[in-house]
Amino acid sequence: MRIRRDRALSALILLPSVVAVGVFVYGFIGWTVYVAMSNWNSFVPDLSFAGLRNFADLFQTPRFQIDLGNTLAFTLTFLAGCLGIGLLLAVLLDRQIRGEAFFRNAFLFPMSISFIVGGTVWQWLLNPSTGVNLLLESAGLGVLKSPWYTEPRIAIYAVVIAALWQMSGFTMAMYLAGLRGISDELREAARVDGASDLQLYRHVIIPLLHPITLSAAIVLGHISLKIFDLVFAMTGSGPAFSTDVPGIFMFETTFRGNRFAEGAAISIIMLVMVAVVIIPYLIYSTRTEAEA
Amino acid sequence: MGRGRPRATRVLLYAVLAFFAAFYLMPVYVLVNNGLKSFREVSLSRMWAPPEQATLEGFGKALRELAPNLRNSVVLVVPAALVSAALGSVNGYVLAKWKFAGADIVFPLLLFGMFIPYQSVLIPLVQFLQWLGGLLPVPLYGSITGLVLVHVVYGIPITTLIFRNYYATVPTEIVEAARIDGAGLVGVYRNVILPLSMPAFVVVMIWQVTQIWNEFLFAVIVTSNPAQQPVQVALRNLAGSQIVEWNVQMAGALLAALPPLLVYVFLGRYFLRGLMAGALKG
Repeated sequence: MRIRRDRALSALILLPSVVAVGVFVYGFIGWTVYVAMSNWNSFVPDLSFAGLRNFADLFQTPRFQIDLGNTLAFTLTFLAGCLGIGLLLAVLLDRQIRGEAFFRNAFLFPMSISFIVGGTVWQWLLNPSTGVNLLLESAGLGVLKSPWYTEPRIAIYAVVIAALWQMSGFTMAMYLAGLRGISDELREAARVDGASDLQLYRHVIIPLLHPITLSAAIVLGHISLKIFDLVFAMTGSGPAFSTDVPGIFMFETTFRGNRFAEGAAISIIMLVMVAVVIIPYLIYSTRTEAEA
Repeated sequence: MGRGRPRATRVLLYAVLAFFAAFYLMPVYVLVNNGLKSFREVSLSRMWAPPEQATLEGFGKALRELAPNLRNSVVLVVPAALVSAALGSVNGYVLAKWKFAGADIVFPLLLFGMFIPYQSVLIPLVQFLQWLGGLLPVPLYGSITGLVLVHVVYGIPITTLIFRNYYATVPTEIVEAARIDGAGLVGVYRNVILPLSMPAFVVVMIWQVTQIWNEFLFAVIVTSNPAQQPVQVALRNLAGSQIVEWNVQMAGALLAALPPLLVYVFLGRYFLRGLMAGALKG
């Protein structure tokens, strides 16, 4: 009696959230798919069926092709950078460092700052006539001066630098937590077996960190596939769309150009890219948890 | 340790750490340094030179420009964080301690909501807010109220996740004991779970406050009227403007970053826990 009432009550408690997320996530995505397959490409709503034409048009659009290339280049370099820097810093910090808390916080605090602020600062720092270039010059490293985001061929990597500043602390923190979870006995055992530090890391520690690498890569990967604010604040589309990404293209197409169907199609492609990465991870995470 | 060259390795180790620390702190130096310069003194070629005469003129001007928007952000963040935390708490409790048929499906479906690119819901969101606002005495589209609603709903997945993982660590025996004493679902929550919830509330509030404070896409879409815009949108307008002196832009960027920065400095430990939860690790 009581149990049955409580069971009904538990469903009732979840109901508002389930309905809200059902509408705002699944309902809205459904509606966006519907808009993406319509002819609503002017200020006047026109929801007549267009099939997949908006999608087909997009893949023919040079700007969108550039965007996909930029997203790929950005995601790969950003991921490699975050994982590499994060692992390096975590390994260094794990070696009984004096002032460890200071270094850890210095590496991690940018995570708490908005992409808008980050983008604004890095726009100045990588402005070719000031910022980092001035520093390089006064350090006698003038050869390393760069046009940064003003040169189309490398502009997207200037944005990657800003993104690494913002997010690499995340991988550092995750790896550091992982390293702290590896027992001293295991390290000692490897040393007794005659392993050098390098071998210890290569053959024992880094393999133990693989699950963390996977989680970090998926979280960061999905962030970079949908990146918007940072690029918007720092460079916008950049010269010759060299820093344009689908998030910016969608924003401008939809809310500046009133081409709603096309904007919806861009957003659905973004969603599919993110879903391909996230859904297997969600299933994997909730399954392994259930087994544990 | 008696190794061959420990000294040199230690020096190198600290040198690498110092190099990276300088890299991460460089933007803060630039913001503070140039924010403290007067309009006459601020120049591209002297970005790194300290101000000859430090002045709060830039900060004063930035504060006057951004004050209404800072206020909007506070009015947005406080209720949105509180309501999404409250929802997360009860949801997390039910999901962790009253496993019902279908919970294993509902939970991942909720979680998916925190990973989606929000671009994929923006068009219906605007239409929905316009429609629902029309039925209510308060407008939702174009208002902070609407933005509160948006952040409450899209905050549900992460707050539910953090609370559920936290409540999963509460021993089931305590819950069972309370039930044997006659407490029902609500009684267990009020007498057993809620008093234990403070740490999770701190983590969730800190996470939600910084995330909502920093959020830009929903803010720029939902509030088109400058008087209603949160501070990140106003900063973007300030920083994208050619007429605003850049000492003021620097000062403004620092002001917009300050609340989350203070949260990080004083409560960084809890911030980190929110961060880890986002990677689905409890």
